[in-house]
Amino acid sequence: MAKNGVQHEVEQFLYRQSELLDGKQWQGWIDLFTPDGVYWMPPEPSHTTWEGMPAIFAEDKNLMTVRMKRILHPDAWSQRPLWETNHVVSNVVIEKETKNEVLVRSRFHMLELRRDDVRHFAGRYLHTLKKTAKGFAIKLQRVDMANAQAAYDYVIQAWV
Amino acid sequence: MLQERIPDLSKYVEPDRVRREVYTSPEIFELEMERIHEKVWIYCGHETQVPKAGDYYTVQIGRQPMIMVRGSEGKIHVLYNRCPHRGNMIAGDRKGNTGEFFRCSYHAWTFKHDGKLRSIPMMESGYAGTRINKDSPELCMKHAARVENYRGFVFASLAKDGPSLKEFLGKAIVAFDDMCDRAPEGSVEVVPTCFRVIQHSNWKIFLENQLDALHPSVTHQSTGRAAHDVEKLIEKETGKSPIAYHMLSAFATVTIDKWDNFQTINYPYGHCILTGYMGLRPQDPDTLAYDKVMIKAYGKKRFEEIVGVNIHHVLLYPGLSVQSPLQQLRAVRPLGVDKTLTEIWHFRLKGAPEPIYRRSLAYYNLVNSPSTLINADDLENFWKCHQGLSSDGGDWVSFARHMGRDLEKDGAVETAPNCGTSEAPMRNQMKAWAEYLRG
Repeated sequence: MAKNGVQHEVEQFLYRQSELLDGKQWQGWIDLFTPDGVYWMPPEPSHTTWEGMPAIFAEDKNLMTVRMKRILHPDAWSQRPLWETNHVVSNVVIEKETKNEVLVRSRFHMLELRRDDVRHFAGRYLHTLKKTAKGFAIKLQRVDMANAQAAYDYVIQAWV
Repeated sequence: MLQERIPDLSKYVEPDRVRREVYTSPEIFELEMERIHEKVWIYCGHETQVPKAGDYYTVQIGRQPMIMVRGSEGKIHVLYNRCPHRGNMIAGDRKGNTGEFFRCSYHAWTFKHDGKLRSIPMMESGYAGTRINKDSPELCMKHAARVENYRGFVFASLAKDGPSLKEFLGKAIVAFDDMCDRAPEGSVEVVPTCFRVIQHSNWKIFLENQLDALHPSVTHQSTGRAAHDVEKLIEKETGKSPIAYHMLSAFATVTIDKWDNFQTINYPYGHCILTGYMGLRPQDPDTLAYDKVMIKAYGKKRFEEIVGVNIHHVLLYPGLSVQSPLQQLRAVRPLGVDKTLTEIWHFRLKGAPEPIYRRSLAYYNLVNSPSTLINADDLENFWKCHQGLSSDGGDWVSFARHMGRDLEKDGAVETAPNCGTSEAPMRNQMKAWAEYLRG
């Protein structure tokens, strides 16, 4: 029963995270991370660290703030018109739970509409969640996109 | 025949402007591929991409799918990716190791790394009395007419005749010297991740943007401002912010008029250098530690010469943009008149301390990765340019900024003091373009 409780809480947390992204609630999304939290998207699944490695994203909260401020700047030309995204998160499995942390893997599928073009990004999330008094906080989110190594038709501007 | 469909090329290019069809006409694109990309020296890759015998990378040269492969004898070969039997592509993967030989997936013809025929199934029983025998040269995988390697950077030309690689690069060869000399061991090795991004625009639009010193503070101000805000915030909290923030904030804090302080130097064949701010030498502990290693390797005098080279970007026409002080490059592969692939690589200075690699890596990730905070807005402009040029709203593209103030010196065209935003690089590129197309 207790186990089911954590499973449910983790799922609700992941759903909230994707809703914040789709809702463009950038600050709310950044606030989900611990003060030293990192969002990491490796270009290849074999990578085991972002330290000293090429990365599509390897952002702490300061860099996340740069990205947010840029997207919101009126002269971020490529961000006008804004895009729409739709995330579906599923296959949520608790990999490991300790007193302070939960390691959870899941799958995502994201559809993006930019002008008239639709793109799909899909792959795996691996969240290291810290248990805090206010609920979970993300210590590390690893994002392995199935299409990470494909040529990018245009680029990606917000977190996936 | 193409020439007949484009009767008077000279009508398309004037010293200060070019017609829009130069960017949008499929006929002109075919002519460009034939007379430029499939003729001149095109960058294939770095030798450290293929360290072991049988290692290969596929690469597009003009319209030709090629394979760069390391031979068993250590030499690098560049071959057409085509089986001489029925035309099947030999390498289906983008990269890999082919083992001791290539084997066609269709009928098992095999080839050595230099393209020479190795075996054909049923050679004796199947081909007796035919024109096919194992010594027929047409049964080899065709190789690029010429291959040259300069300090590890491998180029191929599909034309038998023409200037040598060194003659072709001329003084713009400094792109590779500047990159390699900054390594205490005098050479670089590739970081084995290639970022690939597709632009929906003509290949020339990208090249013209590379040395356009006016665009950064307009195109990139959103990121420059955002990075500036956070840079100041971190400084307030910790006293010092990482240099990566400055690399981004410089796009906005250097205002339009300041960009005129930089300079472009334009060379024959369309090559060009933009001098600039990346040449500044910070005095932080990481740099000072690096300086020590460099002085030990080169001596004080040579060290000063090496780190004194003032380059932001080198453009090697028609397909390579090199940022030597940050050890990265972008190779431009035209896929169609309105579609261009860029392959973006980062290199490690051999023998340099780790923090120096990390510093340029930060730039690679923030500026050149698929989540780029900078190139996104360039790509948007490129796409918009191509859309506008496809319209009947006007016939010409103007390159007149600071025209008439350029200074000719030793066969190169330098922009005059305080004319760094001159459109001289675009004029120089189009001049080379017109010469190539006249054949």
